Amino acid sequence: MVYQISVFLENRAGQLAEISGILAKNDIDLRAISIAETADYGVLRMIVDDAQKATGILMEHGYLMSMTPVLVVSVPDVPGGIAPVLAAMAEGNIDIEYMYSLFTHIAGKAYIVFRVAEAEKFINLLSTHGITPATSEELGIQ
Amino acid sequence: MAKYYQPEIETASREQIKAWQDERLVKQVQHVWDNVPYYRKKMEEKGLTPADIQGVADLHKLPFLTKDDLREAYPYGLLGKPLSECVRIHSTSGTTGKRVVAFYTQADVDLWEDCCARAIVAVGGDQDDVCHVAYGYGLFTGGAGLHGGSHKVGCMTLPMSSGSTDRQLQFMTDLGSTILCCTPSYAAYLAESIHERGLKDQIKLKAGIFGAEAWSQKMREDIQNGLGIKAYDIYGLTEISGPGVAYECEAQTGMHINEDHFIAEIINPDTGEVLPMGSKGELVFTCITKEAFPLLRYRTRDICVLNAEPCPCGRTHIKMSKPMGRSDDMLIVKGVNVFPSQIEAVLLEQGYPANYQIIVDRVNHSDTLEVMVEMAPENFSDSLAKITSMEKSLVDALKAMLGIYAKVRLVAPKTIARSEGKAVRIIDKRKI
Repeated sequence: MVYQISVFLENRAGQLAEISGILAKNDIDLRAISIAETADYGVLRMIVDDAQKATGILMEHGYLMSMTPVLVVSVPDVPGGIAPVLAAMAEGNIDIEYMYSLFTHIAGKAYIVFRVAEAEKFINLLSTHGITPATSEELGIQ
Repeated sequence: MAKYYQPEIETASREQIKAWQDERLVKQVQHVWDNVPYYRKKMEEKGLTPADIQGVADLHKLPFLTKDDLREAYPYGLLGKPLSECVRIHSTSGTTGKRVVAFYTQADVDLWEDCCARAIVAVGGDQDDVCHVAYGYGLFTGGAGLHGGSHKVGCMTLPMSSGSTDRQLQFMTDLGSTILCCTPSYAAYLAESIHERGLKDQIKLKAGIFGAEAWSQKMREDIQNGLGIKAYDIYGLTEISGPGVAYECEAQTGMHINEDHFIAEIINPDTGEVLPMGSKGELVFTCITKEAFPLLRYRTRDICVLNAEPCPCGRTHIKMSKPMGRSDDMLIVKGVNVFPSQIEAVLLEQGYPANYQIIVDRVNHSDTLEVMVEMAPENFSDSLAKITSMEKSLVDALKAMLGIYAKVRLVAPKTIARSEGKAVRIIDKRKI
């Protein structure tokens, strides 16, 4: 299981720069980033190399945030690489709340972050297709 | 055209008005003593009996009533007549969400409608007029009060209620409305709509009676120019009866208080001490003729000034200024009473911390209400859908509590400016 950190973003200029500045100053490496937004606010979602440390630091700075377990799935970094996974999910009725991808590429693989309503069901489905979610160690994060 | 609705009352000598007030107050105190145990207890706590009140000069001895009393006595605790003799209720919001309910006998409705009829005649209304009532009808007193007054005068009454601007304009042009009754912000909005649609030549309005919210001299001028009418102010509150407690005459220099029904005092809001004529302070009303809801010394929390100078219109009843502010934290937004405590109650009930800020503004003569809410960690989620659905349920709950829409803005903890550790609760940007 990999932990994502989610941060509440108010709709004001410079907030994202502030956050990335804080992370950079504390030597925290960003591995993935995604933003969901409404007209008035947004949620910043990140995978970093040290979720625990990043959470502590951002909380100290007064950010509203949470840690959420997500599943990271590696797929071949070729056209259509993700298609079999999505097809399996559709077949298995797995609802995707959101997804985004890691910057990291390791040995011809791309990594996709999934947040689903039923993680257990998703893991079982993946295993029937011979896929195991990536571990923190594999991604070199903690 | 009659100049007054009840000339013998509206132009009575000061001696006569004082005689009425003395006699009616004594009678009213006895009525309350006999029928309202809640107030009798308050008098007893001060060692008073009805015998101590011989006339208006003794009024200052009586205990005050406040909105908190109305809440505590809800719903029947201040009722002065058996329910079988009551014919109507009206209601307004209370401080913590519990509504204030006021009761009326037929005589109470009649005297209230008389007061509204005086206001309509004072702006030049008579039986040839078409009186367009665009105040809300229902629990709110605005619609019912002016509607009843219009009947008494004999105007053709259009019970439009608020909203549905297309229909308002259609009737206004097709049926030739001559007197418009609504909130000043709605009047300004109608004026704009009339201008946009090029209908100005087709409307026959000559006067408007606007109340239930604060408006400035500038807004009066805008409405007068926009609609080509004279715009008059009216004052009232549900607890005392409704609109028509005081109303403006052609002089447009303050509102005549219907002193044959209501005695006005100005007090120091901090000490309760009665201030001399002409002082600025909190307005207090005593109902001397009402039967079912006979409030004595009710603190309105409105800050204003009374003026006893003779008025060129010939009316002898004293005048009150427009309210200049409040001695509590009540806001009037779109004519609706809003208490920060109501908003706080909704936030707590919806699982948010009580760190919020209310921002009131006026855009194009119409009030806007925004509530900035600091989220707690448990209100936050990585799922945007979850946050927006919680936000929507908060908006719905606020609407249910306040009766008007409030925009919610969710913010991170410690975002709201604090003054000496306390969040600044209210920012009123309206320039009134």
